[in-house]
Amino acid sequence: MPGAMSPTVASARRYGRNPYLQTLRLIRKKKWAYVFIAPDILLFLGFIVVPVVRSFMLAFQEFRLSGNVWVGLDNFKYVLTDPVFGAAMRNTALYTVVMVPQNIIVALLLASILRHLSERTQSLFRAAYYLPGVASAVVISMVWKWIYDPNFGLFNFLLSRIGLGPYPWLTSPRTSLFSIMLMGILAAPGGFIILYLAAMKKIPRDLYEVADIDGATPIRKWWNITLPLLKPTTLYLAIVSTIGSFQIFTAAYVMTQGGPGYSTTTVVYLIYNTAFRDFEFGLASAQAVILFLVIVAVSVFNFRRFSTDVQY
Amino acid sequence: MSTNGAVVRGKPGRWALHRRRATAGAVQGGPSWRPRGVAQWAGAILVMTFVTAWAVVSLVPLVWLFTTALTPSSALLRIPPDVSVRNFSLDNFKLLQERAPLLPRWFLNTVLVASAVTVFNLFFDTLAGYTFAKLQFPGRDIIFWTILCTMMIPGQVTLVPMFMIVKALHWYDSYFAILIPAMAGVFGIFLMKQYIQTLPSEIEDAARVDGCSEFGIWWRIILPLCKPGMAVLGIFVFMAEWKAFMWPLIVLKTESKFMLEQGLATLQQQFFTDYGLLMSGAAFSALPMILVFFVFQRYLMEGWSVGGVLKG
Repeated sequence: MPGAMSPTVASARRYGRNPYLQTLRLIRKKKWAYVFIAPDILLFLGFIVVPVVRSFMLAFQEFRLSGNVWVGLDNFKYVLTDPVFGAAMRNTALYTVVMVPQNIIVALLLASILRHLSERTQSLFRAAYYLPGVASAVVISMVWKWIYDPNFGLFNFLLSRIGLGPYPWLTSPRTSLFSIMLMGILAAPGGFIILYLAAMKKIPRDLYEVADIDGATPIRKWWNITLPLLKPTTLYLAIVSTIGSFQIFTAAYVMTQGGPGYSTTTVVYLIYNTAFRDFEFGLASAQAVILFLVIVAVSVFNFRRFSTDVQY
Repeated sequence: MSTNGAVVRGKPGRWALHRRRATAGAVQGGPSWRPRGVAQWAGAILVMTFVTAWAVVSLVPLVWLFTTALTPSSALLRIPPDVSVRNFSLDNFKLLQERAPLLPRWFLNTVLVASAVTVFNLFFDTLAGYTFAKLQFPGRDIIFWTILCTMMIPGQVTLVPMFMIVKALHWYDSYFAILIPAMAGVFGIFLMKQYIQTLPSEIEDAARVDGCSEFGIWWRIILPLCKPGMAVLGIFVFMAEWKAFMWPLIVLKTESKFMLEQGLATLQQQFFTDYGLLMSGAAFSALPMILVFFVFQRYLMEGWSVGGVLKG
């Protein structure tokens, strides 16, 4: 019975060439490695893999106290024809289409300027750009709700000084989503700038020196050397910030409660309401699965669009 | 993605954190450029104005938060609002004590939960990071990349099933619901793996020859060597947990158990135009984060440059 045999030297010699037994022996020898990662594996199985599978199952079920009932594609049919979900998708998509390129372009421009400054000035600017980002989304949303207040807010006060306004900012369905975007636009993407600066440091200097010899202008060098070599960073930021902006929730919850009307209802805000206000777990899961598929599709698109095999 | 660049190029076991002195004076890899002639000087001044202006605009919300927290509501709700240093008082905080007696409790809850999550993450992520970085075992790369890919899955997709799991385990309205799923993180495992890879293997090998157990090697040799990496990770985890909003909102029901962000959001709904009061509450969340930022700025920047490649 080879299975029961302990991995003695003799058996090692005898079955040494059998790849399965070799692997088994190795696993026994390295058992500590598996013990060390066991907690992580358990956490990932229990709180990521199982929930994801359950989420896909729930999307085809209706939640009832007596037990879940399989309803086929009904949840998807309902969600995809639901005008509120359509509005939430449009709001989220518009937000993403504006915010992701804006954040990346601004970060790229600011980093391209900052890199020419001395290390000391650079770190000062990095801190100034990063600092607003350390406050939580709840806090930032509370402050901006105050800044946007139609009667007493800072913006309408400043505008009244130059004879404009008052603007409704968050209280009109035509401007509310724009106001939420403006809040993100005015905050410099501090983390992105740091990431770009770090990536720029890794570009070999001789590339620029060669370009200097050829008499290239600074803009030429930026366009032909810096930009292409930053593509991996841009790809990463595009993917991560797209995923992030598809998940926008806090601003909608704190500032507008999704309104007025459904003008600032985002997909995640809708999922939250469907699940934890209406307790429609099946519908909420269908919404979440659609969101997930959209995120995957957009990430694949980003990957195709920006991926390169940059080596330097 | 060139995630290894910054790590591998340093001395073993050190990130740029320790190389800062060495490179401080050098040009940071960028093409050095000095303005020549009137046109270029004008351009440079214009660009610097733009960069500075953006930094100032980014900081406006934070400045507004603290000035209005210190200004009594009566002065704020005047037209025009009377915001000046002359009016500064702690009235809002006194009022806050009266109207939101639970706020210190929420603050304490957040400190405790965020600290506990940080300690767990430091333990499990470092252990897993060491295993993936230094130990050879069958399936290592597959397991590592599978865990890494789960990061692509947005938490909102699993919200409903996670809620059901929490209910089934009787963790609803208890800190277990927050603590246990957050005990280890993909970002942390990746960060610690990157860091531990740069440590020399000779000491471990010597310890192994001397009969030290695998756990002993990690505890006695690896842990003391990766303190700088753990500082980076600890700050990131603590800040992320401090800002967490949606999950506590879903799983905590008793008001005295609330986390700070959740508590602030309920205050916002209770006293929605008493901005002085709200801002003084928000200051409780923002100020500790700003202090953490100023004290650990170096580590935060380092985390962004090295592991930021994973953190959104």
